[in-house]
Amino acid sequence: MTNLNLAVAASLNVNAAAAGQATAAAKITARNLNFYYDGFHALKNIHMDIPEKRVTAIIGPSGCGKSTLLRIFNRIYSIYPKLEARGEVMLDGENVLDPHYPLNRLRSKVGMVFQKPVPFPMSIYDNIAYGIKHYEKLSRADMDIRVEQALRQAAIWDEAKDKLKGSALGLSGGQQQRLCIARAIALRPEVILFDEPTSALDPIATGKIEQLVEELKKDFTIAIVTHNMQQAARCSDFTAFMYLGELIEFGETETMFTRPSKQQTEDYITGRFG
Amino acid sequence: MSAIAEKLYRRRRLKNSIALVMASAATLFGLFWLVWILWTTLVNGIGALKPELFYQMTPPPGEDGGLANAFFGSMLMSILAILMGTPVGILAGTFLAEYARRSYLGEAIRFINDILLSAPSIVLGLFVYTLVVRPMGHFSGFAGAITLALIVLPVVVRTTDEMLKLVPSQMREAALSLGVPQWKVTVQVLYRSALPGIVTGILLALARISGETAPLLFTALNNQFWSHDLSGPLASVPVVVFQYAMSPYDTWHELAWAGAFMVTVFVLCISLIARAIIARRKVAND
Amino acid sequence: MSTDQALPASALAAHNDNTARRAESDRRADNAFRYLVTGAGLFVLLALAGAAFSMLWGGKLAFSTFGISFLTTTDWDAVGHKFGALVPIYGTLVTALIAMLIAVPVSFGIALFLTEVAPPWLRTPVASAIELLAGIPSIIYGMWGLFVFVPVMSSTVIPFLNKYLGPLPILGPLFQGPPLGIGMLTAGIVLAIMVIPFISSVMREVFLTVPTRLKESAYALGSTTWEVSWNVVLPYTRSAVIGGVFLGLGRALGETMAVTFVLGNAHHLTASLLMPGNSIAATIANEFSEADSEIYQSSLVALGFLLFIVTFVVLAIAKLMLMRLNRNEGAK
Repeated sequence: MTNLNLAVAASLNVNAAAAGQATAAAKITARNLNFYYDGFHALKNIHMDIPEKRVTAIIGPSGCGKSTLLRIFNRIYSIYPKLEARGEVMLDGENVLDPHYPLNRLRSKVGMVFQKPVPFPMSIYDNIAYGIKHYEKLSRADMDIRVEQALRQAAIWDEAKDKLKGSALGLSGGQQQRLCIARAIALRPEVILFDEPTSALDPIATGKIEQLVEELKKDFTIAIVTHNMQQAARCSDFTAFMYLGELIEFGETETMFTRPSKQQTEDYITGRFG
Repeated sequence: MSAIAEKLYRRRRLKNSIALVMASAATLFGLFWLVWILWTTLVNGIGALKPELFYQMTPPPGEDGGLANAFFGSMLMSILAILMGTPVGILAGTFLAEYARRSYLGEAIRFINDILLSAPSIVLGLFVYTLVVRPMGHFSGFAGAITLALIVLPVVVRTTDEMLKLVPSQMREAALSLGVPQWKVTVQVLYRSALPGIVTGILLALARISGETAPLLFTALNNQFWSHDLSGPLASVPVVVFQYAMSPYDTWHELAWAGAFMVTVFVLCISLIARAIIARRKVAND
Repeated sequence: MSTDQALPASALAAHNDNTARRAESDRRADNAFRYLVTGAGLFVLLALAGAAFSMLWGGKLAFSTFGISFLTTTDWDAVGHKFGALVPIYGTLVTALIAMLIAVPVSFGIALFLTEVAPPWLRTPVASAIELLAGIPSIIYGMWGLFVFVPVMSSTVIPFLNKYLGPLPILGPLFQGPPLGIGMLTAGIVLAIMVIPFISSVMREVFLTVPTRLKESAYALGSTTWEVSWNVVLPYTRSAVIGGVFLGLGRALGETMAVTFVLGNAHHLTASLLMPGNSIAATIANEFSEADSEIYQSSLVALGFLLFIVTFVVLAIAKLMLMRLNRNEGAK
């Protein structure tokens, strides 16, 4: 990189901090967030708010750190060695990166849905009940209600209700992904993180998931990483554009896609790179 | 010029044909021994099968009898070996796959385990002899079972390690992202996902120890009578087969063939079942 | 949790308190599990180290009594308490060498057949059948060797060798001897049959790792199947093929029962491959439970220690060679 580019990147960084403020109340606020992977500086000084009960999309070319950022919010990165996050990620006024912040509280508040649907090798019912059992001792009847609620909320109840005891591996890919969403919902989290949830699905299943995301924002704060710009435009309220580990621009989706303030954002959105 | 090229080309073709014929001949050579050995075992073994095998004891020299005590001893030691070797093996395999995937300690253990996997079993017999038989002062079925457990161990470690590595990392992440602690995720989700593979590993280990002879010669020794006392010498089919086959008596030879036949059939059946489980799993994964 | 928001602050605090306690107990259970599996992993190391040390300990008496002559003399006198291990060492090496001379080319041929020559529908069944050979317990090989193969050797093969190879100038002495049937040549052949499935299945697997584009580009240049195998596949997989060969060698050196049946348990050093001999593993198997003196038993354990060290080195080389191919693959 030339010196000129470095200078531009630095100035963008300052602006990004200002742009990271959103209009709605923030559920998660990242401040001075840096991430290192085995010495490699993967996220650089991120300032960003995830507004409450809105859908925030994080976009950017592959390798820009968008998944990395998402994976900090529930500290799932910490299961691998040599990864380190520094800075602040405030959730309801508490820093979740503080080692004293109980991991199970964080993960019960912040659920996550992954690229590929990964149902556990057990029945549909047990998939949903598995997480709940770890937190609450419920009677059989109460558990039945919770499972049904979660499946309904994830719009898979009608397809699953007759085979609750059947293996979850028997569902189609799209159904499996909605089951995974139901599994996350079942813990009654406040935030749900989606890491490219439709990249392994066909267009029809993708449509259903997008519709579901739209529904879910009534009850949950949602952050969704996607490499599909149309998806970001379709179902998010706010969009963050990342490039080379930096937050380049953050704003309301409509503004971002019609009048991006940064040249790089515009280049990416109009498909000139990435 | 073209005549030379033609000649060269023909020589290359000829060389190729010879090589391919040799390769096919090598395969036939390998299969030839397989058929011969299985056929011998089958013919001699079936000829020697009789109901007395299952309820009469191993006879004294020259007399007729059965192999009941040997079957029972083998079963007892094999079950005990699986019970001892499997849990340790699964835990060690879990360590390799889940806790030490890229660490030096993990690499070292994986390396040593692979050596243990192919190490001569007679060496393990000597080890257990020094460790158990000598201090106890006598041979015992228990010592035999420990030896067999040491043979089971590396097989189970290896398959558990490999099967857990096949579980997609997103499965771990999904379970952990529910806030469930890692040990619970491992035991309740990952083991379940790797179960068919782990069962296959246990079956392969069972197949391996069922025919194991050398290390039992100086750990469990042998016992002419019915015994379920693990602290004393215990009969086993392979050791009886060895002893009887090396003897000059025809009745003993016949019993040896019967025992060999039973062991072979058992081992082959278990390998086939293990293969079937793996094959089905592959289909399910696609 | 979403329900918490309707609850008074004290209930929320209690809930947080609860998860904090829960987190603490989870953490403790996680640590306990980590210790448990680490312990099991270390146990594997301990098992191998224990085996090595116990044999070194048990063989100490023999090593200190006989010193280096334990390796260089041929006396094996249980009554006179004089033990030299040259005969079993020699027998182990010679039988393993015979086995490898036969098994390596045959295994290469099988692997070639299964990856390049055979029609696809034939590959899986033949590969499975060859692997069945590996599953047959070694005692079966031993019995078959003693009752079926030894008679064939003594009635047909050995007279033939005596007649045609015996008179040869240098190799001759190897093939002179009475038609006993048992002996080092027979043991070597039985060992070869036993290790063929191990070597051929490793070779087959590594041949399958050769990228198709590499082979296709060679075929596109007009190479024959043999030329592709010899000039492309084999160089590409060389280290792993050597690894497979060493894996088979490790098996051949340590194999006990099959050899014990057909080797003859004789403590004489002879040039002839047709004479009975001994191997380390067979000596231990035959004599250990009868060893009636401290020094006798110690000598046998010392033999076991030698076998252990040799197979350890051979198998370690095998493993390192196989790992090298994996690393190459990973780099791509």
